[in-house]
Amino acid sequence: MSAPSLTPSKAGRPRHPEPRPQGPAAPGGAFAKSLRRNLTAHGFLIGAVVCFAVFSWWPMVREFLLAFQKTESGESVWVGLDNFRTVFNDPSFWQAWGNTVWYTVLALVFGFVVPFVLAITINEFRHGKGYLRLLVYLPVMLPPVAAVLLFQYLYDPGYGLLNELLGFVGLPEQQWLQDADIAMFSLVIASTWMNMGGATLIYLAALQGIPGELYEAAELDGAGLLRKIWHVTVPQTRLILSLMLLMQVIATMQVFVEPFLLTGGAGPEGSTTTVVYLIYQYAFNFNNYGAAAALGLLLLVLLAGFSAAYVKLSRAEDE
Amino acid sequence: MRSARLRRTRRASAVAVVSAMTLTALAACGTSSSSDSSGGGASQPTGSSDASAPLDPNTKVTITIDCMPPAAKAAELKEWKEDVAEFNKTYPNVTIEGRSTPGQCLEPPRFTAMLKAKSQPDVFYTYFTDLPQVLSENGAADISAYVNDKTVPALKDIDPNVLGSLKQDGKLYGLPTSNYTMGLLINRKLFKDAGLDPDAPPRTWEEVRAAAKKIAGLGEGVSGFGEYSAANTGGWHFTAQLYSLGGDVVDASGKKAAFNSELGKQVVKNLHAMRWEDDSMGKTQLLKWGDLQKQIATDKLGMFLAAPDDIAYMVQQLGAKYENFGMGPIPGGKNTLAGGNNYMIKQGIAPDKIKAAVAWLNFKNLTVGKGQFDWARTKADKLPVGIPQPNFWLNGSKTTDDAARVEHATMPVANFKTFMDSPVPGKAEPPKAQELYKILDNVMSGVLTNKDADIDKLLATAETQVNQVLANQ
Repeated sequence: MSAPSLTPSKAGRPRHPEPRPQGPAAPGGAFAKSLRRNLTAHGFLIGAVVCFAVFSWWPMVREFLLAFQKTESGESVWVGLDNFRTVFNDPSFWQAWGNTVWYTVLALVFGFVVPFVLAITINEFRHGKGYLRLLVYLPVMLPPVAAVLLFQYLYDPGYGLLNELLGFVGLPEQQWLQDADIAMFSLVIASTWMNMGGATLIYLAALQGIPGELYEAAELDGAGLLRKIWHVTVPQTRLILSLMLLMQVIATMQVFVEPFLLTGGAGPEGSTTTVVYLIYQYAFNFNNYGAAAALGLLLLVLLAGFSAAYVKLSRAEDE
Repeated sequence: MRSARLRRTRRASAVAVVSAMTLTALAACGTSSSSDSSGGGASQPTGSSDASAPLDPNTKVTITIDCMPPAAKAAELKEWKEDVAEFNKTYPNVTIEGRSTPGQCLEPPRFTAMLKAKSQPDVFYTYFTDLPQVLSENGAADISAYVNDKTVPALKDIDPNVLGSLKQDGKLYGLPTSNYTMGLLINRKLFKDAGLDPDAPPRTWEEVRAAAKKIAGLGEGVSGFGEYSAANTGGWHFTAQLYSLGGDVVDASGKKAAFNSELGKQVVKNLHAMRWEDDSMGKTQLLKWGDLQKQIATDKLGMFLAAPDDIAYMVQQLGAKYENFGMGPIPGGKNTLAGGNNYMIKQGIAPDKIKAAVAWLNFKNLTVGKGQFDWARTKADKLPVGIPQPNFWLNGSKTTDDAARVEHATMPVANFKTFMDSPVPGKAEPPKAQELYKILDNVMSGVLTNKDADIDKLLATAETQVNQVLANQ
């Protein structure tokens, strides 16, 4: 038997070790055998599994249970669907859902398109890409609270920079956060500025992977800039675009920090009350954890349903 | 063969190390639960089984208490330590374990979570309005049997309305620390600048409007009158204004909204006029607690409704000067929102701990000339003396305490004379207060952010929504 070579062969090291001679069947069958063989890996896995179970999965189970319970005099009792009736009867319920969906739609228009266009623009630069990437990513490094407070100053109707600029060019001042019709737009603009850096970098990475030959071929066929984007860039980044769309919808449906800090939560006449803000009110201001859990569960079901439908549709399209 | 065994041994060691690390990490992650009835480690047997008897000084007890001043409040912390030492002269075997939190002692989200987790200390700080929440969580002990004129000698001199706020079904669940009634806080400098008399704050809402207009006329971003309209504080102040006119948010049954009335409309119309016709409330709205304090502390706001202790906050936290503030009774003067804070005792702790807690609370918060009422020491420590709060003493205790406050005052107490000389009957918050305030926020934000707001519609919508909430109690 020759000694194994220290240098890997050109073909690389085999992914699996050579099969060992088989002894008598171990008690417990294949599973136990597999367990023994990967004992170290399982040992390392235990920590993560326990942490996930205790801090992530158990709270989800607990939330599910809480949604059907009410706590009175320190005791939790089963109340069936009472908590769901409470949230459905809340006068803010439909307004909160309407506002949340509206925020998500606006966030898709701004927050989805802007980073993609920005990534394409940066990708076109021959020099200074690294510098531009840093500039675009800088806002992500700001703590969200600091970034939101920055916008509070920008939007202030008295001394805010935006109204100063409008006044400078002779346009009327705006009540950025205090007008029920435009408060949500103002939140989306702040949110897009805060978060677009990460999405832009991901799009930039995807753009780097598009072969230059495709653009050259398109050019030879007489395609202009927009047609190259539509016929080459978009199809080539479709996978990452669809993944980002899904993640963005899930994230924006859970919007909380922006309205909480910029408009005090509810905003003018409740125009920025979102579902998660309503959950916060139930849990921490109304001391009704059951209703908070019920509303959280509704949001979870909606997002899970959306994700499943989206994945299914994407697969069907691929096939 | 040997190497296989070695490999197994190494694997087993790795698994053991990883498991041990995981368990250690989890143990470190976990929160320690507070002591239960048998816990605390130091609760020893027992002086007397009679709940009404004071604690036997020889009984060894450890109690945990929250709202100990944090290190950032050096003078208050020094006084706390001095009080513990003094208390221990009478009760040498009682160990007081103070817990401090930065910022406010009680923040509703943290407080709610604490009650849910039953992790409150043996003696915990609450607002008067928290009683229903605490009882719904079985969080506080009934201390009726432990509180009497032997354990709290000044009991008869405590305003019964204040003690009433801490009772349910005739049972007492807490002892007061402080109480307040809302009044009109004014910036004396801006009053003088606007040609108004700072010693005669407005007494009616018409006068408030006229004064606000004059103050706003000073320009440079100065507002005459300020109001909240976000984070449920708008609804809170709408309630205060309505009370001041003699109105109510809910009817006597507590089941129906009562604010969509002439008085309710008067409140909203007056705000609309000040905001949009007079332009005396500033452009920035959706304000919440803390925002108006910053404005008035920096001479950008003339007046707003507040409790007296807002002044201490502005001086200590925002660098304002006492001389710059004055207070009058709430305009309208029919009723005013009343509230306060207190300590409750955790349900289920040992009787000796309850006795020790009552003894400490009596010494620290309910003895004229001692603890929080040692005004000579407060002055020596350069802390404020003279703010008309707490204000729960009656009879001889009031006379003695008022005289001590005047003697050691660190601020011109004459600035609060109008407030003190014209007491307005206190009125508690409505049922389901926070849920109602959330809805009423929309009325306030609607009228303060929309010039064309339909006042009748705003109130009617809020009325429907409040009735919906009250019907689902």
